[in-house]
Formats: sequence, structure tokens, C-alpha cells
Amino acid sequence: MKVPLKWLKDYVKITLPVTELAEGLTATGLEVGEIINTGGAWENVIIGEVTAINPHPNADRLKLATVNLGKEQETVVCGAPNLNKGDKIAFARVGARLINPETRKAEELKAAKIRGVESRGMICSERELGISDSHEGIMVLAGEAEVGTALADFMGDTVLDIDVTANRPDCLSVVGIAREAAAICGEKVNIPEIIYEEVGEPIEKQASVEIIDSELCPRYCASLITNVKIKESPAWLQERLIACGQRPISNIVDITNYIMLEYGQPLHSFDYEKLKGGKIVVQRAKDGEKFYTLDGEERKLTGDMLTIRDGERAVAIAGVMGGLNSDVTESTTSILLEAASFKATSLHHTSRYLGLTSEASMRFERDIGAGLTIPALKHATQLIAELGGGKVAKGIIDVYPGKKDPEPITITTEKTERLIGVAYNSEQIVKALTALGIECKAEGAKVRATAPYWRSDIKIEEDLIEEVARFYGYDKIPLTLLGQEIPRQDPSPEINLKKAITTSLAGMGFQEIMNYSLTSLDMINKVASDPDTVKPLRLTNPMTADQEYLRPSLRGNLLSTLAANRRHEEGGVALFEVGKVYIPRKNDLPDEPEMLCGVMNGDRAERSWLGSESACDFYDVKGVMEGLFRQLGIDISFENSQDEGLHPARQAAITATNNGRKVKLGVIGEVHPKTADAFEIEGTVCLFEISIGAMLPLASQVKMYKPVPRFPSTVRDMALVVDTSVTNQQILDIVKGFKLISEVELFDVYAGKQVAEGKKSLAYRLIYQAPDHTLTDEEVNKVQEQVTARLAKELGVTLRK
Amino acid sequence: MLNEIEKIKTEALKQLGGTDNAKDLEAWRVKYLGKKSPLTQILRGLAGLSIEERKAVGAAANQLKNQLENASTEKETSLREAQLKTEAQKESVDISLPGRPYPAGHVHPITKTINEVSDIFVSMGFQILGGPDVEWDYYNFEALNIPDEHPARDNMSSFWIDAPSGEKGKQLLRTHTTAITARTLENYEPPIRAVEVGKCYRYEATDATHLNIFHHIDGIAVDKGITMGDLKGVLYEFARRYFGGERKVRFRVDYFPFVEPGVEMAIECTVCKGAGCRVCKNSGWLEILGAGMTHPYVLRRGGIDPEEYGSFAFGMGIERLPMLRYGIEDMRLFYNNDLRFLRQF
Ligand SMILES: [Zn+2]
Repeated sequence: MKVPLKWLKDYVKITLPVTELAEGLTATGLEVGEIINTGGAWENVIIGEVTAINPHPNADRLKLATVNLGKEQETVVCGAPNLNKGDKIAFARVGARLINPETRKAEELKAAKIRGVESRGMICSERELGISDSHEGIMVLAGEAEVGTALADFMGDTVLDIDVTANRPDCLSVVGIAREAAAICGEKVNIPEIIYEEVGEPIEKQASVEIIDSELCPRYCASLITNVKIKESPAWLQERLIACGQRPISNIVDITNYIMLEYGQPLHSFDYEKLKGGKIVVQRAKDGEKFYTLDGEERKLTGDMLTIRDGERAVAIAGVMGGLNSDVTESTTSILLEAASFKATSLHHTSRYLGLTSEASMRFERDIGAGLTIPALKHATQLIAELGGGKVAKGIIDVYPGKKDPEPITITTEKTERLIGVAYNSEQIVKALTALGIECKAEGAKVRATAPYWRSDIKIEEDLIEEVARFYGYDKIPLTLLGQEIPRQDPSPEINLKKAITTSLAGMGFQEIMNYSLTSLDMINKVASDPDTVKPLRLTNPMTADQEYLRPSLRGNLLSTLAANRRHEEGGVALFEVGKVYIPRKNDLPDEPEMLCGVMNGDRAERSWLGSESACDFYDVKGVMEGLFRQLGIDISFENSQDEGLHPARQAAITATNNGRKVKLGVIGEVHPKTADAFEIEGTVCLFEISIGAMLPLASQVKMYKPVPRFPSTVRDMALVVDTSVTNQQILDIVKGFKLISEVELFDVYAGKQVAEGKKSLAYRLIYQAPDHTLTDEEVNKVQEQVTARLAKELGVTLRK
Repeated sequence: MLNEIEKIKTEALKQLGGTDNAKDLEAWRVKYLGKKSPLTQILRGLAGLSIEERKAVGAAANQLKNQLENASTEKETSLREAQLKTEAQKESVDISLPGRPYPAGHVHPITKTINEVSDIFVSMGFQILGGPDVEWDYYNFEALNIPDEHPARDNMSSFWIDAPSGEKGKQLLRTHTTAITARTLENYEPPIRAVEVGKCYRYEATDATHLNIFHHIDGIAVDKGITMGDLKGVLYEFARRYFGGERKVRFRVDYFPFVEPGVEMAIECTVCKGAGCRVCKNSGWLEILGAGMTHPYVLRRGGIDPEEYGSFAFGMGIERLPMLRYGIEDMRLFYNNDLRFLRQF
């Protein structure tokens, strides 16, 4: 809401400097975004009159305009389509600072040669002056603008640009802001009484109003003005509209807009002659009814939309837009003026459905109440009579089926203190409320208050308490820290686990990344790990195809992040993300499991002058997972797996045992070359994907401490020759079964000339340890023999000599 | 005999002075302190001397023996030190060469911020709670005093899910984590102190300071006797700890349907310290969060009697915090995941 200071001063004495007023308004909930000095930037811009228009010798589209500036005159090049002889215009002299319409930045105007003609100065558009965005033509000033005077003197003002919150539609008006300013300045609002002459037949004899759907229209008021002449508005009116960011059109439209800005009450003017039977009927539209709105569009109405109708047909969509069939035109002489109250929610629905939102619909949607209708209607009627030369019919029509006496609300000192923490007494409460225009009376520790008609937002005691608190200022409320006992706090194992994972992986050289949870179907299909995956969750109103689906996996965006970084990253890249994936469920919100996913590509270690480079592979990602789970204290095993997104022969499932039951935690492996190709990533890409939910019970388990060995251990090495098909795990399963062997470490794998075809050699280091004594050589030798014997028997292992 | 001893002394010390390596030192030791050395011979021959002579010669010989042993130890130490010095020079490193790389990854700045902010509130007795990204209309709007057609819905345009409606309305991507507050009030009995963090989604154009997917943190406290003074105190304490001690904080009136009275908190601009700059649009202040006393309607919806319990609630965007702290001007950088950006945190 743009509020010109000159206009504001019509209703309230502003006793504070404008910056302090702005601060006061902001502190009490009306944020002043900007204080605009219109005219402040208009040095060297003066009012001129176009006295002659001649063709440009070298350009068809351009004209040479001679402008009378009072003491002198200038001839300048002008290309505007609306250049007319006799018009008063804003003329910028060389040296003026104007907004460049293209760059929107202020630039100094210099003398220029335009297609061979010297031009010293310029006729300005509204955009060039920073008044509005309009740049279709030059700004034409009202006729009484005095030639030769500075434009700033004619139409300059200080304008407060105020951000009005959704609960205060009353402040979408100059009068509303004046009420707030009055409370801040300690002054009273003064709204001049409206007096005009009424002549001829009473309005009831000439027009009628009937409200059929009264739940959608609590009040409908109308006045009738005849003998009206449609013409341009006077300068003062145009100037105020421009200052508020509106474009003057003609007197009737301008007056309705002006009154809307003044009171916050939208009005609508009908051409009375076009209303069949002089009737107004407020009724829902017929379902499927067609209607031409005054923008010329054909609209298909539905049965839940409220229309204004005459004796025969719809003439307006209530509160949203009028119709072509009853529009005020240049030939209109009689005006039926509407000031009504419409149900906010219904209007919101209609305007959204039709895609027609306007300053008027925005005010109705916020529930402006029914009380503003009469003062707004009266002032508009007076202005039409005054500026349109019309005659006002006697009386006004006021149909008010929704009339309700305002309910008094009780505010107590006790509740106010309980909520705010400051003990205001009832006199202080009365003082605050009265200053804000709220009628009230103290009754001991209670104050009974009645919200004024323009404050539709005040409904309950808490609303009044806010009024008191903001009147005295939030900054006056002392800071206290919660003094109560701290409520029971429970551990957050999932948050702790995620923190531990993140810290640990970062410590291993992985960069955490964070992607959007919306993705494209294309991306989902690129990494589909299972052809039977459930259909991903789709938005009904996506903004772009890139963000149409909720991700069912973290893989796609992670790989795409890797690919994007490859454009500038050499060497090794290792990334991970912890986040939700979204799995649809029937008749419920989707499941949102938290996942951990990571990728590695390129060199396994950072490049260095000290080391050789080698690309990471399956065993790197396996090592990372072994390290991570060791840190988390979770024992894991690896098993064969079949994940479609991974290399069929280079992948594994991670499993663990929880309460005797085996659970799958996730998968690791090299990304299927096909998938890596789809993302245009070169080289092996290693991936891990783990379910946080599956890890959680294991990570939270407390493991009992094992005593540190008190007796020395004995170390024995063992080199085995086995068929290549025998796995390390098969050997470990046997070796680890012996009680005295506390640790087994594989330290060499060899296949080649030294061993027979189809065989490989594995070398292990066994650590023998007894909890209660130092082992003798004989004891160890005996077990070692048993181990080799079992390996030979079960796996055909021979010892390598 | 005493002359003999004096002669040995002069000769031995002179020779020791000229010794400059371990091998010569060892030879010297054998020569002057060994079993066959003249000094040892003298000591062995003491028995054949008269008592008086034995006394004088014995004392002088033993004294010399001690003296030579000490001198030899000293010499040995100084020789070793000199040797180490020479050897160390040969092993010198170029300290300007890069170290052998050990992996060092980084935690995402948004994760760091979430952890830091949560920890501040946890230390004030708040519990961290979560909720679903895909939410029912009821929790995102209805229970928060934002019925259908409420103008506040216009500021929070939603992404709707292609899924059937349930008893609690349509499914949508939550537009604020206040939706979790609605669940918290329903699921917990007072006293309550909880913070809720997560992704939020709004159908909005994206630019340097707006994203359509971003993070929010919300908080709620419910207990007997909670006042707006407590709200101010807790939020001030947060600002003080996150932004640093001397920062001024400002509380102003604002409107959110789920609170009454409503509050907006601003901190003194982190860039210009209140003088006015581009970041704070010359106001000297940066708005960082919205808050207020929980609306009685919202408490009642959560099964809490507003006449018995006081309650405040607050909410703020996460991304803005590291932007202000590190001077980041484009919010999109957080989710572009360019390693050259992420590695800086
Ligand atoms: Zn600043």
C-alpha cells in the first residue's frame, strides 16, 4: 500500500518526522518498506506545453515537438504515440537524472543528436520519472498544471510504501493508516463530514436492490447519480492516484479507485441506463452461465459464484469484475454506485478460479467487514456530483441482511499479564485501546471492548492483548528466560546416528552434498535399481519437469552431482548424501525412509608428489564401509547381491545380525557401466547405499566391554593354496571357529606362475590368544595342525611350501 | 710416585683434548683407564707401599681416575651431540613441500547450521522432533488456523501430491515446519519444548534469495506461566549465541495466523553493524524469524487448554543464517553442490 503523506495529513496531524513515523508504523506491524520522495529525483524536470509538432526530417516514427517552458522554449525529438498539441507534459532538461527504461537505472540526460537532429532535453514517460512502470507513451499532466514550474512542486510528495499483513485489510487504505498514525503520534483522526445535495425522486422509486444469497452478501448499498459527464479527473485526484501507483483513466473510474484507496472499500459503478428495470439482484450464477467481463473475455461461471444481476441477466461478478453489458462508457450519464460486502472465502475462490485478482478482490478476500460501505459510498457519491457535475437522487439504498451487533470482548489484566509478562492495569489497557479507536470501558480488572467496524480482525481477547502490547511497544517487554523446569528430554538416536555417519565419512575424505528432493522421471529411470520399482510419487502441479517427482532414491542426483563436478574436478571425487526418499503407500502419506548414499570415482587418494595414482574400485568402497561400521560399532557381513543398478559381478549386500535375525543394511558395488555412461562419467564409479532405519537398532545397541588380554599372544603365518573358486570367507568361517585364535588377517593374495593353473595362494596371519595363561608352542602347534587339517578336508586346501 | 701421577694426568688430558671421534675416545679409555693402563698399575701396586705413602698415592690416583672418567663421559656426550647435528643436517626436509595427503571431507554448510542451531535450542531444554515432508492439509494449514481460502495460503502456495485425499484432507509438500508443531501439540502432553527442522516446499519462483525447496526450523514451548517475555528471552539468547554477543535485536509486530500476538525478530545487520547497506536495504536490520504466542485455536486443536497453559512458537529459514554469517549472496549455491563452494565450509 502506497500512502502519500499529503493525503495522510488530510485526516491526521503528523507530529513526528517522517522517518520516525515510519519506524513507529513498522514497530507496530505496518512495515514501511521504503520512503519514496517522489519528485526528490526530479531536478531539472519542469512542466511544459506542447505547442507544435512537426515531422522529423530523417525518421518516419519520430516527431519534433516544440515545448513551451514559460520563459523559453525547446524543440526536441520525441517518438511517443500519444504526443498531442496542447498537452501539458513533464520536460527534462539536459542534466536531469532519469531512469533508463531498459536498464532501470538512473542516468544523467545529455544533449544528443537523434537521426541528425540536435535534441536538448526530453519529454518523459512515467517510467523515466520512476512514477510507474508505464512506458507506452509520455506522461500527460492535468490541464491546470502550470507551465514553467518544477514538476516536483506540482506533483512531488513523500510516499510511504507499506507492507500490510493479511489480517489488516483496514490498513489497505489511507484512512486506516491514518488511524494507526494517530495512535503513534498521540493525535486524533479527523474524517471530514460528507455533505452533498440530493435532488429529485428518491432512489427507491428509481432502483431496487434484492439480496437472494444473503450468506454470500451481508450488505449491499447503492446510490444513484444522474446527469453525469464522463471526463478527465482534476489534477489533484490524478496526482494522488499516480502517487499510489494507479493510472488515472476518467472521473468515475478514478473516483471509485480513489475511494477504495481512501477507505479500503472497493466500489463498482454501473451504467444505470443499462440495468434492466433499474434492478439489482444479488444471486449465485447459473451453473455454466456465460458472461463477458469488461476486459472483453468470455467467462464460464459456476453455480457457486456470486453475481450481481439486473432484472434479466448477470451484470457483474460480485467483487471480482464488472460486465461489458453494464459498463460505464464515455456516453454514460447515470451511475448506479455499488458499495457492498461479500463473503471473503467465496470471493477468494471465485477470483482464483477465474484468474482475476485485483486490488478490489484482494481487499474483499481479507474480509473488510460491512461497516465501510456507507462512508465510502457517501464520499464517492459526493465526488461524482462534484467532479462529474451530476445530480444525486434522494437517499441511498442499504440492504443489510447480515447485520450483527458487534459482540463486546472482555480483556482482563490477569490474562494480559499471563500472556505478555507485563502487568498493565485497566487504565493503561483503556488508554491503548482507545487510542486505536476501540471503544472500551474499564470494570475493575476487566475491560469490556467493542471492535470498531473497520477492525474485522479483532475477534478474541488475545487480539485485544496484542493491541495493548503493540501500543506500548514490544521493545518494552522485558526479556525473561523460561523459568520452568526443563521438560523431559529423550535421546534422539536417529539424529545422533546421522551426525556420527556424517562426521565419520567427512573424516574419510567424503564431501557431504545436499540435493533437492524433487526430481525428474528421466533421472529416476536412469538409476532404477529394480525394474519392478513402485511408481514414484508425482506432484499434481509441478513447476518444471526437473522437479516433478519425489525421489525414490538418492542415486540419480548424486551421480548427476558427480558428473557436474567432473567438469572442473580432477583426481578423486567422493560424495555422500543423507536424506529422505519417498515411497508411496496406499491410502496414507508416503513412507519417508532416511537413506545414506555415496559415490566415489577416480583416484583413491588425493594426487600428490609422494604417491602414485590409482583408480578406486570395489575394494575401496568396501573398505570405506568396513571403516564406517567399525567406527559405529556395528558388525557387518557381505553377501552376494543382485542390484540392477550395479555391476553384476562387482557388488555385495551388507548384512548384520539383530537379535539373532539377519537384516540387510544396504548394498555396495561398482555402478553398472551402462548407468555410468548414462551420466557420462568416465571410469569406475563406486557406490554405497545404506538404510539409516536398518542401522538404527544396531547403532543404538550397547556392547559390553571385553577385557584387554593379560597374557602375551602368539603369531603364526599360514600360506594356503586353494582352488580359485574358494572364497576368503569360507576359510575365515573355519579358522575363526577355533577358540584360541583371536584374530585372522589376510595379508597376501597371489595367482600366477608360482601356483598351479586354477589355483590361488592366500596368506594369513593367525593370532593365538588364551584369556587365562600364556600359550605354549605345543598348544599352538596342535591347534594350527587341526586348522590345516580341517581346511584340507573341507576346502581341499594345501599348505604352500 | 706422585710425580708419575701428575705426568699421567697432564698427558691424558692433553690427548683427550685432541680426540674428535668415538673410536679414538675408546682407544684413549683403554690407554688411560684400561686394565693395563699405568694408573691401574699404580692402584694395584698400592699394597706394596708404606701406610703413609699408600694414603697419599692412593688418594691422588683415585682422584685422577675419577677426573679422567668424568672427562671421558663429557667428551663422549659432546662427540655424540656433534655427530647428531651433522647427521640431522643430511636428513633435512623442505618444509614448503605439501604433506602426504590424508583424506579431509566436509560436512555440508546447511547440515552444520542445522546442527548448530538445534544444539543451541537443545541446550535450553528443547527436544528435536521431526515430521513428514509430505503432509496432510490438516497439519500444514487447518490445525494452524489457516482454513481453506485464508489469504495466508496465498503466501504459501503449495505443491500438491497426486494421491487420494484422506480424513485430514489433501496431501501436499509441507510449506513450513510449523506443520510438525501441529503434530507435536497433538502427540505430546505439556510441558513441551520442541524444535523441528526439515525441508519445506513452496510453489514459488527461484532466485538468489528464494528457493522453492529450503529448510526451516520451528520451535514450540508450552507450559504454565510462559509469557511473551520468555519468547523474547529465548530468541534473544539464540541470536546472541549464533551471531555473537554484542548484536542488537529488535522485536516488532507481525502477523501469522497461528500466533497472537505475532512477533518478528530482526538482528542488527551483520554486514554494516546497523549503519545501513545493500544487504539490509539500508535499514540496518535483518529480519530473521517470525514468532508469537501460540494462538488459542491452535492449542485447542492440539488438545491443550489455552487458559491453563501459556505457549510461544517461532520459525525461521535455515539458509539465511549461513548466508549472513559467511556473506553468501546466492542461496542457490547451497544446492548446486559445486565442490569448489562446499569445500570452503
Ligand atoms: Zn547492513
